[in-house]
Amino acid sequence: MESTAHAFKDNVTTALHDANLQQALGKVRQGFIVKRREAADRLPEFEALRDQARDIKNHTLAHLDFYLEAYEKKVTEQGGQVHWAATAEEARDKIVDICRAADAKVVTKGKSMIAEEIALNAHLEEAGLDVVETDLGEYIIQLRHEPPSHIIAPAVHVTKKQVEADFRQYHADLPPERHLDEPWELVNEARQVLRQRYFQADVGITGANFLVAETGSSIIVTNEGNGDLTQILPKVHIVITSIEKVVPNLDDAMAILRVLARSATGQEFSTYTTLSTGPKRAEDLDGPEAYHVILLDNGRSGMLGGDFADMLRCIRCGACINHCPVYHAVGGHAYGWVYPGPMGSVLTPNLIGVEEAGHLPNASTFCGRCESVCPMRIPLPKMMRHWREREFERHLSPKAVRWGLSLWAFFARRPRLYGWATGMAMSLMAAVGRKNGFFERLPLAGGWTDHRAFPTPQGRTFRAQWAARQRQGEEPS
Amino acid sequence: MSASREHVLNAVRASIRQSGKPTLSPEQLTERLERPRPGLVPQRGQLDLAGRLDLFESWAKALSATLVRLDDLAHVPRAVADYLRQENLPAQVRLAPTPEIEGLDWQSQSLVEIARGRAQIDDTTSVTPAFAGIAETGTLMMLSGPQTPTTLNFVPENHIVVLKASQVVGSYEEALAHLRQVHGQGRMPRTVNYITGPSRTADIEQTIQLGAHGPRRLHILLVKDSADA
Ligand code: SF4
Repeated sequence: MESTAHAFKDNVTTALHDANLQQALGKVRQGFIVKRREAADRLPEFEALRDQARDIKNHTLAHLDFYLEAYEKKVTEQGGQVHWAATAEEARDKIVDICRAADAKVVTKGKSMIAEEIALNAHLEEAGLDVVETDLGEYIIQLRHEPPSHIIAPAVHVTKKQVEADFRQYHADLPPERHLDEPWELVNEARQVLRQRYFQADVGITGANFLVAETGSSIIVTNEGNGDLTQILPKVHIVITSIEKVVPNLDDAMAILRVLARSATGQEFSTYTTLSTGPKRAEDLDGPEAYHVILLDNGRSGMLGGDFADMLRCIRCGACINHCPVYHAVGGHAYGWVYPGPMGSVLTPNLIGVEEAGHLPNASTFCGRCESVCPMRIPLPKMMRHWREREFERHLSPKAVRWGLSLWAFFARRPRLYGWATGMAMSLMAAVGRKNGFFERLPLAGGWTDHRAFPTPQGRTFRAQWAARQRQGEEPS
Repeated sequence: MSASREHVLNAVRASIRQSGKPTLSPEQLTERLERPRPGLVPQRGQLDLAGRLDLFESWAKALSATLVRLDDLAHVPRAVADYLRQENLPAQVRLAPTPEIEGLDWQSQSLVEIARGRAQIDDTTSVTPAFAGIAETGTLMMLSGPQTPTTLNFVPENHIVVLKASQVVGSYEEALAHLRQVHGQGRMPRTVNYITGPSRTADIEQTIQLGAHGPRRLHILLVKDSADA
């Protein structure tokens, strides 16, 4: 998709004034956080499983060339084909070629963030194909001509009323007097409409959450079952995925899956986890006759081994987004490209360049919640800081940011002095703001206080509290 | 081999070299790949048979599936007919064409219309065998094959699964070990489905609705067999 990440500030302003969006975002704040917490609490081994998941991915990434080649060999052995794509353009062209060779007219699609990343739909449509998104959220935003606003809940910004209006407009052949007030009525209608499409499709495209080197399998995880109907009914199944998705063994995939759903939606396990290996076997009664995997790099190989290598462990669970106060305030579209929230702030500049997306790493309060819930223990705040430092060195920042950062850098190199100075500021703010507990306006912080009150500090700085907690051996939460 | 392939692999290798981290030898990596070992398996995935059956049942039900226990495989046709009646469903089923299911006495349920083979768009209910049940999350494991078409797991609105007690294992890893025994190390059926409850979506205002695209109802017949405790 076309990026508007450079216009982050304007996007934020728009988002904060969008009443529908603000209503929809309320649901994110409530639902995901509690459910994740409960799922984690139900499994005593959860923290140890996070460590294990991190270690599996680190091991794989350190030997990525080996595992990619092993994976490719297995896919080929089982009758599938792997197509390597260094860039988004190569990936798109390959997919269009495969569709043309299959003489395809209708293409169904399961939800894939890589497909969003390479703007696949627009290209398939340009090539004359009838593209149908089958995930309900993706279907809704396809009707609305909008990009997804969340990596696991693409239509989270849309209200029920808006969906009803869209369905009435696009499903014009259905009786206008029908009832569409309840969520189940909307879900049923989409089910009926899409059912026909699954059976018409010539090609089905899905993403992959994991690729397994041991067996050459691709794995998708869904709750709706749309990804399955998308891949078993048409004669061609195309998997669009990227190089960091590979893991060594099936056991490794299952081990990471134990933390994926719990972190994402707080489910014990997603409804459907599907392993696909090659085309249908000769005697099988159903399944695709051809199986293609598009293996995209698009900048990832360059991240390996550098400051942002940890980001390649990301399993796209969305937990960092669900827990991000900035995302809660502005939603996903403000980030201007495919990946929102903390993971997007780190990933987007890597994939589309810091010139375009340099503002995103500033979209953080450095509260650290993202890192504390990331199942893969990705140090998101640290990496956002890397970007800010690079951004500063490149002198791309507006003057005020540069000034603020150099001030911060001055103190950061002098931790004692920083502690003293922030302690002073805290006491001062506490003294001044004590009366009502909030600052309605703060000098230099208009961007914050225009939309919300700034709570009066409670007297001690974060660093002081941290140090105290460390002394007590307590984990900050 | 394509230029892109070399390009990507070379870039990956260059980055790994640049990181300066020690790497394992190809022999060590091959060894890891060919001798998969389970990692940390949660305690709840390590129960005895009776414990496994109870845990499987409680998770399956908690995640919106329904389950009844049967004493004998021969009772399956009757249980299917009862379920259709009880849920007010059309008296039609499509059976997976496997002897174990097809071979049962379906004539005893003369009111139920029987079809076989892969799913058709108008099918309302399917009856299929499971490969395994996994207690830790109440998950069914289904394999595709000539007698077990995958469409039966997704196209009909109602999915009835026959699971034998001896097939219920504790953990995902245990189920994988069985899969490797049956299919051979590194070999797979075209499709392996892990199914945990009926299809659902939360895409409309984060409220969960069952029956998004896959089955609206998942009904499990847990059948006592010789290895049963
Ligand atoms: S960065 Fe971590 S929390 Fe965020 S989506 Fe990726 S794995 Fe999930």
